[in-house]
Amino acid sequence: MTTRIVELRRGILKKNDELAAGLRASYAEAGVLVLNLVSSPGTGKTAFLERTLKEVLAHGSRAAALVGDLETDNDARRLASSGAPVQQINTHGICHLDAEMIGKHLDGWEGVTLDQLDYLFIENVGNLVCPSSYDLGEKIRVVLLSVTEGEDKPLKYPTMFNSADAAVITKMDIAGACDFNLELARKNINEIRPGIRIFETSAKTGAGMEEWLGYLSEARAGQVA
Amino acid sequence: MHELSIVSSVVESVTEYLAASPDTYKGARVLDVRLRVGALASVVVDSLEFCWGIAIEGTPLEGSRLVVNVLPVVMHCEPCGQDVELEGVQSFRCPRCGEPCHEMRQGRELEIESIEIDEVEEKI
Repeated sequence: MTTRIVELRRGILKKNDELAAGLRASYAEAGVLVLNLVSSPGTGKTAFLERTLKEVLAHGSRAAALVGDLETDNDARRLASSGAPVQQINTHGICHLDAEMIGKHLDGWEGVTLDQLDYLFIENVGNLVCPSSYDLGEKIRVVLLSVTEGEDKPLKYPTMFNSADAAVITKMDIAGACDFNLELARKNINEIRPGIRIFETSAKTGAGMEEWLGYLSEARAGQVA
Repeated sequence: MHELSIVSSVVESVTEYLAASPDTYKGARVLDVRLRVGALASVVVDSLEFCWGIAIEGTPLEGSRLVVNVLPVVMHCEPCGQDVELEGVQSFRCPRCGEPCHEMRQGRELEIESIEIDEVEEKI
């Protein structure tokens, strides 16, 4: 018996990475800023996105959303009330969105093409682990953390927080009731992802939304320029 | 949670590789499949190993072993002007000077490094 070691050196998620690279190129060509929103279940991604969509549209920009969940189209129906085109992606048990799902839903989206959009928001499946491995071709990965989750979440889920480009703290209106320590949360986020932009928001009161929208329009201007 | 789909991709990838060179690998048996997995790759090594047995059933890789080489996170420290290895993933500061590090040099790898095969010698 002779044994031999054969070097393969190939990425396990190569197929997803290649599809994501193709998506990234098509987003850039269409001039649409794409954001991937990730968090635990219950952080308030949908409420935050609903408010964001309403305000982006009110500012005269064009936006749409793709929303991932294991089952139901509840979130898509809720987000559609903003007036933006919304499409639900049901993963039927898969714990993350991948580039293939995004490509398929973009291709089959009746009445919506990328070049008609300024912003495309992708609300990922609520999960702070698996979505971090799957590139969707987004320009900005936004990690959300609510005041009810505890300030140490970034330390518990470093892989996700470290891969994010921006962090949003949600439900700031009830921070007092939760004894939320904002300084500690900011410190923990910074330990895992030094220098990241952090937004303190409330979808209910609208607090922090102006700063967030300013960031979006700067990021989009940067992409188009 | 997504470890089964990760190992299924590995099985698919290695199987395709072997099938692409039927002359070289005909009758060869795969003993080991070796992965390089960064400490920030979001996968649990135990789960990969657990799923391996399921994923290889009925494939040309049946009976093979999964060997996972975990790579520590390496960041570039600007003030020190060099790459530094982090001891864990709880702080992204340089272990030498304590300054925050922004540029990752290693830690997210998720790749198939190599396979070890047992070649059946041809009978003359």
